[in-house]
Amino acid sequence: MKDKLHQLKLKYEGKKMAPAFNALHTFLYTPNETTHSGAHVRGADDLKRTMNTVIMALVPCLIFGMFNAGYQQYIAINGAPETFSLFNDFLTWSNFLVGLTTILPLVIVSYGIGLGIEFLFAVIKGHEVEEGYLVTGMLVPLIVPVDTPLWMLAIAVAFGVVIGKEVFGGTGMNILNPALTIRAFLFFAYPTWMSGDKVWVHGAVEGLTKAGSTDAISGETVLGSLAQGAADLSYSVSDMFYGFIPGSVGETSKILILLGALFLIFSKIASWRIMVSGVLGAFAMGLIFNGIVDAGWLPTYSKFYALMSFPYWQHLLVGGLAFGIVFMATDPVTGSQTNRGKWIYGFLIGFMSVMIRVFNPGYPEGVFLAILLMNVFAPTIDHYVVRGNIKKRLKRLKTATIYPKTSDEVDSLKTETA
Amino acid sequence: MALLSKKDSKLVLDPLADNNPITIQVLGICSALAITAELKASVVMALSVLFVLSMGNVAISLLRNIIPSKIRIIVQLVVVAALVIIVDQVLKAFAYELSKTLSVFVGLIITNCIIMGRFEAFALGNGPKKAFLDGIGNALGYGIILVIVGFFRELLGSGTLFGFKVLGDPVNKTGLYAIGYENNGFMIIPPAALIVLGIIIWVQRSRNRSLIEEA
Repeated sequence: MKDKLHQLKLKYEGKKMAPAFNALHTFLYTPNETTHSGAHVRGADDLKRTMNTVIMALVPCLIFGMFNAGYQQYIAINGAPETFSLFNDFLTWSNFLVGLTTILPLVIVSYGIGLGIEFLFAVIKGHEVEEGYLVTGMLVPLIVPVDTPLWMLAIAVAFGVVIGKEVFGGTGMNILNPALTIRAFLFFAYPTWMSGDKVWVHGAVEGLTKAGSTDAISGETVLGSLAQGAADLSYSVSDMFYGFIPGSVGETSKILILLGALFLIFSKIASWRIMVSGVLGAFAMGLIFNGIVDAGWLPTYSKFYALMSFPYWQHLLVGGLAFGIVFMATDPVTGSQTNRGKWIYGFLIGFMSVMIRVFNPGYPEGVFLAILLMNVFAPTIDHYVVRGNIKKRLKRLKTATIYPKTSDEVDSLKTETA
Repeated sequence: MALLSKKDSKLVLDPLADNNPITIQVLGICSALAITAELKASVVMALSVLFVLSMGNVAISLLRNIIPSKIRIIVQLVVVAALVIIVDQVLKAFAYELSKTLSVFVGLIITNCIIMGRFEAFALGNGPKKAFLDGIGNALGYGIILVIVGFFRELLGSGTLFGFKVLGDPVNKTGLYAIGYENNGFMIIPPAALIVLGIIIWVQRSRNRSLIEEA
């Protein structure tokens, strides 16, 4: 098989379809042109390996999302179980099957359309297929509601890949995170499918009803009910942490996101600076809001009251904030490159996510807007960080004593080097 | 074109494609983004600019030898303002609803850079016939882009063309809506116009590579 592919590659060399073929070939095997011995150091962490590591960190979220899709439908129809048992109520085959049949098509459409466009552009432009879409294709199904119609997803993916990435020159040249461009397109194009209390439970849009009654099922996200001013939440903190709440497919389970984050940090794929500063930024904004409420400046009838009095650290447990900070903000292409820039970039993402969340009830999920905004500003942040560093070094140069000081030393140095 | 000499017909045809005021010279973008959510508004805007630019070009061309060059901008503004007021009043009298949709953008034709640009670049140095043809050509070049953008934005954003429900009724679920199609709300907002415009520029420059500027 391997040798056959190598021969085939030679046969197709220079032909129009060569990039498409090479992409499949190098995906399956190491190409036969690599050095097998000699002075070259062969790094194992090429782009494909990086992408695969991120995907490995995402897979637990995806599988959890499948179980959760079934579970949310189950409790929407039958009501929440009185004593929750992980294996009897959550990790069941029926839950998994519901999730599999709704979420797997999302994954297939995301990869099918996205990779199709990447191959098309590679063939037209005559460059090799880049691996950039591998992660995007996995992120996209995780950040949409379960019942997103497939054709909408297909249009959004086509838009995101072409307008968000290919027009800028492909992987590595894009300004905006393609997965978030897709999410933003869906949000502005089809708002009724992206928010509200119907889209988070599979079957709710089609009018599935509760067991033994004619009431339609529904499920509001925690942020959605907070934005409507609900004071008491029907979900406990541990529900939010483990992820047994309605939400986009992969964003609910904070413990799996945390594990993914640790995995990415220890494999040195993602920047811990962006993650830590993102969390700090969210806490800072949350604390400011909590402080305003505690100081009594906000009347209880204010429409912001529920969201502003929401404990600051719980902002991390609801919505896509944690998922966004770990998997989207850390995108090495669209984020800041300098270390100090990463602190500023991450902090502002967290800060603004919570701000948008609280101040604009129309956008209960501010994370994607905050990250896209900071994507645009990332080069500017880097520019000033680099400029600041140059200035600091110039200042140091002015006050520095430059050896040799006396002419005697110069002479002695000269004799030494002569 | 037997009516016009080759040189004259070039005046009209050039701005339609290879020297388009919007896609090549990138002028008049503001109104192209603001009023193209509906095809009807695009067409009316295009016709208004056609009237203002062709008449204005003729007027400036006739006056070109008696305008002192120090105050020529003021004179040009007076001419445009007069013409724009005529258009505005006509719209208010005969198409009140539309004039409300176009709102401030009819008045803002005065500041449309295409108009001042043609006065400065062409009408001040050419005779009235040529200036008239140049005005027609540039206004049509502007209008054609407006209509293309308006066509896609109204079709995809509202599912209508000139207000007719060409894709079916979204409320009663007929036509395309019966199989689950939905209008794309993104196309209604101005950023979509910028993207559609960008795609037009992209298509135009890949068809004619000589239009691509050196980086």
